[in-house]
Amino acid sequence: MSDATLHDAQPTKRSLHQIDARTKRRNAAESRFKMLGIGAIGIGIAFLIILLSTIVVNGASAFQQSFLEVPVYLDPAKLDKKGNRDPADLKKATTFTYAPLIEKGLLDAVQSAGIETPLSKTKDMKNLISSSAAAQLRDRVLADPSLIGQTVTAKILASSRVDGYLKGRVHRAEIAQDKNITVEQLDLADALIKAGILHKSFNLDFILGSDASDSRAEQAGIGVSMLGSFYMMLVVLVLALPIGVAASIYLEEFAPKNRFTDLIEVNISNLAAVPSIVFGILGLAVFIQFAHLPQSAPLVGGLVLTLMTLPTIIISTRAALKAVPPSIRDAALGIGASKMQATFHHVLPLAMPGILTGTIIGLAQALGETAPLLLIGMVGFIATNAPDGFWDGFVSPNSAMPAQIYEWAKRADPAFYERAWGGIIILLIFLLGMNIIAIILRRKFERRW
Amino acid sequence: MKSVKLAVSAIAIVAATGTTAFARDNIQVAGSSTVLPYASIVAEAFGENFDYPTPVVESGGSSSGLKRFCEGVGENTIDVANASRKIKDKEIATCAENGVTDIMEVRIGYDGIVFASQKDGPAFDAFDPSDIYNALGAKVMKDGQLVDNTYAKWNEFNAALPDADIIAFIPGTKHGTREVFEEKVLEAGCEATGAMEAYVASGMDEKAAAKECMKVRTDGKAVDIDGDYTETLARIGSNPNGIGVFGLAFYENNTDKLKVATMSGVTPSTETIASGDYPVSRPLFFYVKKAHIGQIPGLKEYAEFFVSDDMAGADGPLAQYGLVSDPELAQTQEAVAAETTMNSGM
Repeated sequence: MSDATLHDAQPTKRSLHQIDARTKRRNAAESRFKMLGIGAIGIGIAFLIILLSTIVVNGASAFQQSFLEVPVYLDPAKLDKKGNRDPADLKKATTFTYAPLIEKGLLDAVQSAGIETPLSKTKDMKNLISSSAAAQLRDRVLADPSLIGQTVTAKILASSRVDGYLKGRVHRAEIAQDKNITVEQLDLADALIKAGILHKSFNLDFILGSDASDSRAEQAGIGVSMLGSFYMMLVVLVLALPIGVAASIYLEEFAPKNRFTDLIEVNISNLAAVPSIVFGILGLAVFIQFAHLPQSAPLVGGLVLTLMTLPTIIISTRAALKAVPPSIRDAALGIGASKMQATFHHVLPLAMPGILTGTIIGLAQALGETAPLLLIGMVGFIATNAPDGFWDGFVSPNSAMPAQIYEWAKRADPAFYERAWGGIIILLIFLLGMNIIAIILRRKFERRW
Repeated sequence: MKSVKLAVSAIAIVAATGTTAFARDNIQVAGSSTVLPYASIVAEAFGENFDYPTPVVESGGSSSGLKRFCEGVGENTIDVANASRKIKDKEIATCAENGVTDIMEVRIGYDGIVFASQKDGPAFDAFDPSDIYNALGAKVMKDGQLVDNTYAKWNEFNAALPDADIIAFIPGTKHGTREVFEEKVLEAGCEATGAMEAYVASGMDEKAAAKECMKVRTDGKAVDIDGDYTETLARIGSNPNGIGVFGLAFYENNTDKLKVATMSGVTPSTETIASGDYPVSRPLFFYVKKAHIGQIPGLKEYAEFFVSDDMAGADGPLAQYGLVSDPELAQTQEAVAAETTMNSGM
């Protein structure tokens, strides 16, 4: 607009060094726009910082866990009533037999450390100890029955309340109504820290472990659901990449341009915009109810996510193929290559960086997806058993990282909340890693003409 | 070309693993999100103490769990449905149509429903069902007349209650908890305030009057929460005057943020619910497909383990988490051991 009126203006004699009013206005408009742009970027960065710092502040504590070092006397009279150390008989001693032994062990440790506390019964120790400790000790004894009769030092998890106290989540003033911990037990926890029995350390089990039930937040880990995500991504990669690339090569290089291919093209673009939950319902109907694939299996999850990722891969692959200049095809055809040779020997290799970038971004999208998994039974208390062997991983029930985070966020014990944030950190690291790989691939292999 | 061949063979491998018959060796459970924590505690301990894999427990609500339960018999259907209410006749009929005829009903204990508010909020310490009805019912008694509910503050109908705006977060209609809330609180309050009588006097039969009683005011003072208790907790956290409906177990895990109100003078706890003094409670169940016992390894052991004294007993981990243990647990144990089904005279 201003350009058009510029020429109509009366030319007056003026030095170029003197800025006239109109130029001033234009310059002002430009600097205003610059400021707006900088402001927009600033707001974006501020939100990013707020988001990331919230995630880190809330989630970092999930990587630390409180442990107790307790000497436990493995009483043969309780664990091996027949005295024959027969594994079949040893298995009959359930975790309910082991729990009191650990409580006794902790009480003995408290008394021998000379800590003064009004808590003098073995049962008083229960709230300090994670209920996972019994199973941990039982597994150890079953693996090595010769331990029975000895006093072993067990590194066991402290309960989620004690852990919360050490992390500043549980306060003395607020636990009057809490039946899972008492003020005396917190006092004892303080004394145990001084005595070196209770301490906080890095918790590898959060990254590698399996999900735990609602009563033992301290034991829950994201490892098994990470495996579930891995298997799903494998299925997506193995299916979506070849199908997507084949479809785009055909559409781009071989298919005749007519109404029918136009229709297909429009539909692919539409599919990319379909909400992911729709693919979940489709997966439930087709893969589980019709094809009778197992529920909660990463195989089915991967198939559903494949459907979701295909349009993304097809669209980006076609864009990459389009970006290869026609002169390369013409040159190949001109020296006698067949259309297929021209495509596979020349066009496809040149388009590969773009295809890979699109695939990785599609995978990253699929990795963060929860909604379709709700419908095929992958959300709940599921990620408990690591698969036996590689192939079993496809069909044995499992969850996925985002589904696990969602599940934790809705559980009652506030300790799970911290783990949900911790899970988000791990998920973000994965997404960041995938995006970095995509960028590196693009930088390294991309060619410009 | 090589990459194409590779891709084709990869598809073939995946397809082959997909079509092989699945000898499922893990128990699959789905249903009520109220029962989910208990079922997950049992499943975890079951996996630790037995040679079977840990059962898979999904949530989704009592109704969706029973729907999937009734889809049929076979490895591709779930073995156990958790429910926070009794199975309905209609659902039994659907089950029967699909070949699920022998259903074992197992009652695991009771769950209390509590009214709680922000710890530092107004002193909501004691409610009667009539207070809740006056605050939330669609129509209330005012000067002997049944009129649309216009109460804005709690002390307008009960001077003992604080001078605070009425705002309540109640479970949405898809929750099993809503039914208990309607029957044990709204209907009871409706009767106590005389609104029920007024409905009947206006020419309704008892059933229609009860239905009217369960209607909740729609002017935004009663908010349906379709999500979980965590959502209710978040809403209460940002609203000092808010009253929320929670399960006892959830409240007990969040006593640092919530304070609970008594109902008809009784403080909710596992003891008062077990004794029947606290009025708002309900039984929790799970349903087992008998046809799957023997087919799915460990299914019967899981059911027996669930109701064993070690788990569901008064000192067991379930009670520790907030379940009110069933005084008639021994009978339930016997019934499970004998694989008693619903139609064989229970």
